[in-house]
Amino acid sequence: MTSKKYDLVIQNGRVIDSALGFGRDAHVFIKDGKIAMIEADSAPIRQEMRSLDDEQIVDATGKLVVPGLVDIHVHLREPGREDEETVESGCRAAAAGGFTSICCMPNTTPRIDNQETVEFVQDRARNAAARVYVVGAITKGLEGKELAEIGDLVQMGAVAISDDGYYVRNAEMMRRALEYARMFDIPVMQHSEDQQLSEGGIMNESFESTRLGLRGSPSVAEEVAVLRDIALCRMTGGRLHIQHITTRGAVQAVRQAKKEGVKVTAEATPHHMVLSDTEIGKEFNTNLRVNPPLRTETDRVAVIEGLVDGTIDCIASDHAPHSAEEKDCEFDQAPPGMIGLETTLGLIKTHLIDKGYLSWADAIRKMTVNPARILNLPVGTLEAGTVADITIIDPEKKWTVKANKFHSRSSNSPYIGRRLTCQVFKTILGGKVVYER
Amino acid sequence: MSRLSSRHLLGLEGTSRQDIEAILETADTFREVLDRTIKKVPTLRGITVVNLFYEPSTRTRISFELAEKRLSADTVSFSPSTSSVKKGESLRDTLQNIEAMKIDMVVVRHSSPGVPYFLTRFSDANIINAGDGAHEHPTQALLDMHTIYKKYGKLDGLRVVLIGDAAHSRVLRSNIWGLKTMGASVAICGPATLLPYEVEKFGCDIYTNLDEALDGADVVNVMRIQLERQHAGLFPSQREYTRLFGVNKDRLKRLRRNYTIMHPGPINRGVEITSDVADGAKSVILDQVTNGQAVRMAVLYLLRGRDDEGGVS
Ligand SMILES: [Zn+2]
Ligand SMILES: [Zn+2]
Repeated sequence: MTSKKYDLVIQNGRVIDSALGFGRDAHVFIKDGKIAMIEADSAPIRQEMRSLDDEQIVDATGKLVVPGLVDIHVHLREPGREDEETVESGCRAAAAGGFTSICCMPNTTPRIDNQETVEFVQDRARNAAARVYVVGAITKGLEGKELAEIGDLVQMGAVAISDDGYYVRNAEMMRRALEYARMFDIPVMQHSEDQQLSEGGIMNESFESTRLGLRGSPSVAEEVAVLRDIALCRMTGGRLHIQHITTRGAVQAVRQAKKEGVKVTAEATPHHMVLSDTEIGKEFNTNLRVNPPLRTETDRVAVIEGLVDGTIDCIASDHAPHSAEEKDCEFDQAPPGMIGLETTLGLIKTHLIDKGYLSWADAIRKMTVNPARILNLPVGTLEAGTVADITIIDPEKKWTVKANKFHSRSSNSPYIGRRLTCQVFKTILGGKVVYER
Repeated sequence: MSRLSSRHLLGLEGTSRQDIEAILETADTFREVLDRTIKKVPTLRGITVVNLFYEPSTRTRISFELAEKRLSADTVSFSPSTSSVKKGESLRDTLQNIEAMKIDMVVVRHSSPGVPYFLTRFSDANIINAGDGAHEHPTQALLDMHTIYKKYGKLDGLRVVLIGDAAHSRVLRSNIWGLKTMGASVAICGPATLLPYEVEKFGCDIYTNLDEALDGADVVNVMRIQLERQHAGLFPSQREYTRLFGVNKDRLKRLRRNYTIMHPGPINRGVEITSDVADGAKSVILDQVTNGQAVRMAVLYLLRGRDDEGGVS
C-alpha cells in the first residue's frame, strides 16, 4: 500500500448529517476506511485535491452525501429460506437501496436464539455489501415460553432482541425480558399484535375488509399490545421498541408515553405511510398482504404525523422476501410481507419529502442517527473518525420499479411499475464503493 | 363480443344499471325457454365452459351446468376431490392447464375472495364468479333480483331486508350492490357479532332487532346461518339465535300484505326460518331456483353467446 494522504474524496456534494446538524456543500475526505474530515470549498482544499488521482475522486455535484443509511428491521431468511434471500443477496439489496447497516430479525429456520446462529449469520456477512447487526430472540424458539440466553446473544454481538412475527403474549414473560435486557442496555423490539384479536385476519378490519369479505385484523389488536407493553416498560425501566407501528391509537399511546418519560421508541415502514387498505380490492395483489396489515387512510396519515412530530423515531423497511411461487396464489393463502430495501429511499422522497412532510435533514435523521442510537450502533454519522459508510443520493432522478432489477432474491413488491423520484448513486462501506449506478 | 360492458362477471359492485337490466330482461326470455318441451337453444354451440368448483356447492354447480347444457355448450366440471389440487398443484397451474385445453368460459367457485379476479390474469376465457369466499356471488343476487322483479314489476323503491350472518355471506354483498344500483333500499339485520365492521358504510339501514327491521319490509331475504359460528363464539346458542332472529309466522304479522319471503338455500329449517314460512304462500324460494337457471343462461349468453344459429328470440 502506498501511503496516500486520502483513499477517497467525495467532492462538491451537498453533505447532510443530522447527527451533526450539518447541511451544506462540502467535500468528504476518507482515509483508512474512516471519515478523515469534511471541509467546505476553499483555496487550500482545492490545492489539496489537485494532488489526488482521478480514481480517488467521486464527483457528487448535484447529489446528496449522507451517512450510510441504517435499517433496523430486515428479514434475511438465512438460514432456512435461502431461495428467498441470503445474507449476501440481502446485503446487495441493502447497498442498492443506500443502506450500509441492516439489522436482521431472528425468525429464520433455525431461529437466531443461540450464539451459534448469531455467529453463523455474522460469518455469512463478513464480506457482504452491508454491515449486518443481528437481532436475537427474546424467547427460545420465539415460542414465548422461556427467555432465550440473552446474555450469550449479546456477548456474541446481538444488538437487540425481538420475537418478530410473534408477540410476546405472556405479560409476565415480557416484563422479565424488559428487566433482563436492561442489564445490557439493549431494547426489546416488539411485534405488537394481540394474536387472539387478530387471529385469522388477512387484512385490516375496516369497511374494506367488510366489502371484500376478507377476514379482518383489527387495529385494536396492535393498540392493546402497545398499551400493555408501555405499562410494563414504565414499570421496569427497560427499553421498549415498537416495531412497524401502524395505527392512530398506537401512535397516540407512544406519543403520550414519551411525554411521560417512558423509554419507548418506535419505527414505521414506508408501506404503512404510502399505502392504505383501499389498495387491496383493486386487484387482490398478494404483495399488498403484509403483517401488520395496511391500515385505513386515517391511520396512514396518523403514522406520518407521528413520524413528523418525533413520536416515531425511525423508518424501517421490514424487508420481507417471499418466493414468487408462494405469493402467486389466492390472496388469503399468500404469506404476509413485502421487500423494501431497494424502494424505501425512493418512496420516502416521493411520498414524504416531495409532499412536504419531511425535510431531507429529517428524513436522513430517521434513517441514520436515530436507528443507530436506538441500537447503540457506531454508525449513522459522518463525524471524523467514524467508519466511512456513506450514501450518495441522486435526489431528482426518476425511475420505474422493475421486478427484474431487484438485487434481492425475491421481487415481492407492490410498487413494481411505479414511478419514483430519487435513487442511490453510490453506496460506500468502510471507504469502499459497494454499489454504484 | 360481450353484450355487457365487461368480458367477465366478477361481482355486482360496479356493475352498471344498464348491464343488470340487460341480464334481467334476457333472463325473462330464457325463462320462457325453460317452459318449452325442448328446453334447449343453440346459442353456445361450439363453446366450452369449465365449471371450476373448489368449494362444494351442489345446487349452484347443477344450476350452472344445466344452464350451459340448455345453451348447447360443451361443459366440463372440475372439483378438487378429483383434481390435482390435493397433490399440491397451485391454482395458477391448474388454470393454465385447463386454459391450454382451449376453453372459452370458466365458472369459478372458491373459498378465497378475489380468485375470479386472479384468474382473469392468466386466462383469456370469460370468467363468471360463482361465489368467492365471503365476497360476492353475483348470479345469486341477480336471481334474487329477477325473482323480486317478476313479482313486483319493479325494484325501485322496494324495501329489502337481509337477515342473518352478514359477516360471512357473499349473497349479502352482491345483493346490496345490485339492489342499490337498481333503486331498492336495503336493510340488514343480525346479531352484532355477525355484522361486519363498519357495515353501515354500505349505505344500508342496520338492525339488531328483527321486529324493527321487518317494519315496512317488502322482501324478507333470510340468509343461512352456519352453526359453526356458534362454536366460534359469535352467538351463544342456536336456541337463542332462533329466538332473537328466527323468522316465523308471528313475526311476519306486522308486515303489509304483499310481502315476499326468500332464502338462497340450503335452509336450516326451524333455525333461521320456520317450515310453515319457508313453504308458505309468501315464499318464492322454489321460484328462486328456477329463475337461477334463467339468469345464469342470460349471463352466459350475454358474455359469449351467438345469435346467428337461432339465438333466443
Ligand atoms: Zn413483525
Ligand atoms: Zn418483520
